[in-house]
Amino acid sequence: MTATETRPTTPAPDPGRRSGELGVLETLRFAWRQLTSMRTALVLLLLLALAAVPGSLIPQERVDSLKAGQWKEAHETLTPIYEKLGLFNVYGSPWFAAIYILLVISLVGCIVPRTLVYARGMRAQPPRAPRHLTRLPAHTAYVSHEAPDVVLARARAVLGRHHRLRADAGDGTVSAERGYLREVGNLLFHLAVLVVLLGFALGSLFGYKGGVILVTGTPWSNTLTQYDDFVPGSLFDPTRLNPFTFTVDDFDIQWLQSGPRAGQARGFNAKLEYAEGAGADQGAEKDYDLRVNHPLSIGDTDLFLIGHGYAPVITVRDGEGNVVYSDPTVFLPQGPDFFSFGVVKAQDAQPTGIGLEGFLYPTYANVDGNPVNLNGDDLNPVVSMKVYTGDLNMDTAQSVYVLDKSKADTVPGQPGLDTLRIDLSPGQTVDLPNGLGSVSFDGMESWQRIQISQTPGKWIALIGVISALLGLMGSLFIRSRRLWVRVTPTDHGSLVEVAGLDRSGGADTDDVVSKLVARLQPPPDDRPEDT
Amino acid sequence: MTDLQWADLSNQAIAAAGVVYFLALIAYFAEWSSLRQVDRARAAARSSSYAGAGSVAVATGPERPAVEEPRTDRVAMFGRLALLLTGIACAVHFVALVGRGMSADPNRVPWSNMYEFTISGTFVVALIFLLVQRRWGLSWLGPVVTGFVLTLLMVSVIWLYDSTGPLPEALNSPWLVIHVVSAVLATGAFTIGGMTSAVYLLKRRRAGKPDTGVWARVPSLERLDLVSYRIHAFAFPIWTFAVLITGPIWAHQAWSSYWSWDPKEVWAFITWVVYAAYLHARTTAGWKGRNAAILALVGTATLWFNFIGINYFSTTSQHSYAGAVPAISTVAPATTTVGG
Repeated sequence: MTATETRPTTPAPDPGRRSGELGVLETLRFAWRQLTSMRTALVLLLLLALAAVPGSLIPQERVDSLKAGQWKEAHETLTPIYEKLGLFNVYGSPWFAAIYILLVISLVGCIVPRTLVYARGMRAQPPRAPRHLTRLPAHTAYVSHEAPDVVLARARAVLGRHHRLRADAGDGTVSAERGYLREVGNLLFHLAVLVVLLGFALGSLFGYKGGVILVTGTPWSNTLTQYDDFVPGSLFDPTRLNPFTFTVDDFDIQWLQSGPRAGQARGFNAKLEYAEGAGADQGAEKDYDLRVNHPLSIGDTDLFLIGHGYAPVITVRDGEGNVVYSDPTVFLPQGPDFFSFGVVKAQDAQPTGIGLEGFLYPTYANVDGNPVNLNGDDLNPVVSMKVYTGDLNMDTAQSVYVLDKSKADTVPGQPGLDTLRIDLSPGQTVDLPNGLGSVSFDGMESWQRIQISQTPGKWIALIGVISALLGLMGSLFIRSRRLWVRVTPTDHGSLVEVAGLDRSGGADTDDVVSKLVARLQPPPDDRPEDT
Repeated sequence: MTDLQWADLSNQAIAAAGVVYFLALIAYFAEWSSLRQVDRARAAARSSSYAGAGSVAVATGPERPAVEEPRTDRVAMFGRLALLLTGIACAVHFVALVGRGMSADPNRVPWSNMYEFTISGTFVVALIFLLVQRRWGLSWLGPVVTGFVLTLLMVSVIWLYDSTGPLPEALNSPWLVIHVVSAVLATGAFTIGGMTSAVYLLKRRRAGKPDTGVWARVPSLERLDLVSYRIHAFAFPIWTFAVLITGPIWAHQAWSSYWSWDPKEVWAFITWVVYAAYLHARTTAGWKGRNAAILALVGTATLWFNFIGINYFSTTSQHSYAGAVPAISTVAPATTTVGG
């Protein structure tokens, strides 16, 4: 905590026993004292900072599972060690938890006794003036020609405005104190940190985060099976899913046509039609423009537009003329120009399975014999895919965005290529050799990636962090100090001693004392009283 | 003026500001060297009045003894000149920021990539210095500030430069102004606080030696500690506001999660924790003074590492606003599987 440390750091020694000998209770008390000491809190804070570092340098599974997977493949020796240490999930690892739990205990152990002390001291009077004011760090003295009573009365008036005064100060002294709210701010800040942790914990235990890639026009309803990926908190309850359905009716993109970012996308707008409830309880259809920075909230659930791309409609007919695949196929953008990668898997084709893997050029151009993509907008789309046949290894779990070619066969194709490559513009169909079938590119659709999440406790966390900020400002900016004035009668007037004690650790008490002295001077007759 | 002309103006203004900061730095060095000569001339009559004893009696006041040598005029002249040049450089720097914002179509705040963040951050450092140098008696910090700003301007022009573009969609939000203004303001203030803490440590190492030359201009250790604390106490709530309030609110709107342990978030959190530790340390026995100042420097290091460095260590950050980043995330989940 940020106020001056008052507690002794070690327990008082017991003379009746040799050093190093502690009873169980005393050991516990010693451990408690150590844990709740400011020094320990400080070390724990620094440990927390240090422990957070690896998570920013090593890809985290819960932040970016794709990157984490790639990293693991590239570092075969380190991966098992890192996995044991939990370095791919630092912020969920036991050792990270240990640090912040200790910190929370230390915090509680610090604020509870301090709240009690504060509750007792809240109504306390400022302490009596110390006998030797000159021993205080900031002090001064001067001789006044006025009578002691006059000076004392003025001191009470001047200090009484912003300070609490000791009622029974008597004997020619004034004791004043201000800044009682500083400690309130301090306690509020530390309490609020606990509230933030509570809100955060609620979110990560009971919330979830899921995503789905939807081709424009595909209806979607909020049930577990409809998600492409779903990361629930450890205490998430699937019955808490809000029932609703939605469809992206239309998707608009503004493309930059000039300037250094020409060809990149700028504004996106997914026109959403949604309805709350399911089945018979279904509510009325509503419209919403889902945009970046403009999420939709349905019940406790938030929907976000976080990605988009193209889905060329590809149809595969097999050797017998049957349509074995005809779908808008999600291609994943490789960069801001939406040059995209995608695969088609038609395992059921006869006589043999057909797999396609390749790229989409939204605006294709042939520059000196090389295929180039000029723009992210689909002005002249071309798909360029390699053809594989045979076993696509569909019996094992695999990503829908990757073609498993380990058991597949190649097709003899153009010179210099390992297998046949087909290039298609919309409306074109290419027959595959050897009676394999044909592939058509029927048109372009777009897809959107919608993130759907529930974050319970987010309001608790927000209220907590705002209270923490208010408390913090109180504890930093409310000046807490004690001031004393002692007036001793002398032959020609009075000796006035003024001293101050700063209790906030950031004040210029010398300055305060000298200003007080200035205000204790008798008002000169020739000018108005200076406040 | 066309966008291109605004962009040219901005680039030229940055170059001009760099040159004027450099001239200011030279003027500060001239002031220092004049101080040394004053010192030599005064060696015999060395005054002990700024020895920085623990309790300064209020009655004596902090008046400097008058020194009659004409050299002091030179010191004052160079000091004023340096301050004036710093002011001019800061004004030109501001023109560069305005030009940058005007060169975009549509016009916008100049905070959309690392180059722009860096020139804005350094501007705030210079501005805060100019605003508080008189009030808190920080004019002696001038050479450190101008040197720092000049260095970072060079870094930004050489390595971080990026042509103007429209605001990426994810940044197109009112929170950009609130979040970035508070983050940059806190960064500027923390940086100045780091400088005073560094000077505190250097001065502390000289303990006992007479305060000659430049060191005579530097306030007492107590005063340095106090000034450092006040700057940090000013910056810390702003940082809290930027990193723990506006950041999460905006992240929730744009990225669907108010805290996702993004590398930039992690380092902002680390910086926050280090500065919280600094504020703790100032009131903890055995940590006051030297250790607290070291923590302040650690804080400055994490702050600037987070500002620039983390972008080069981590590629997963959603805060990496390099030119070639898609406007919104295009990465699809790798976990998606089809049943086999």
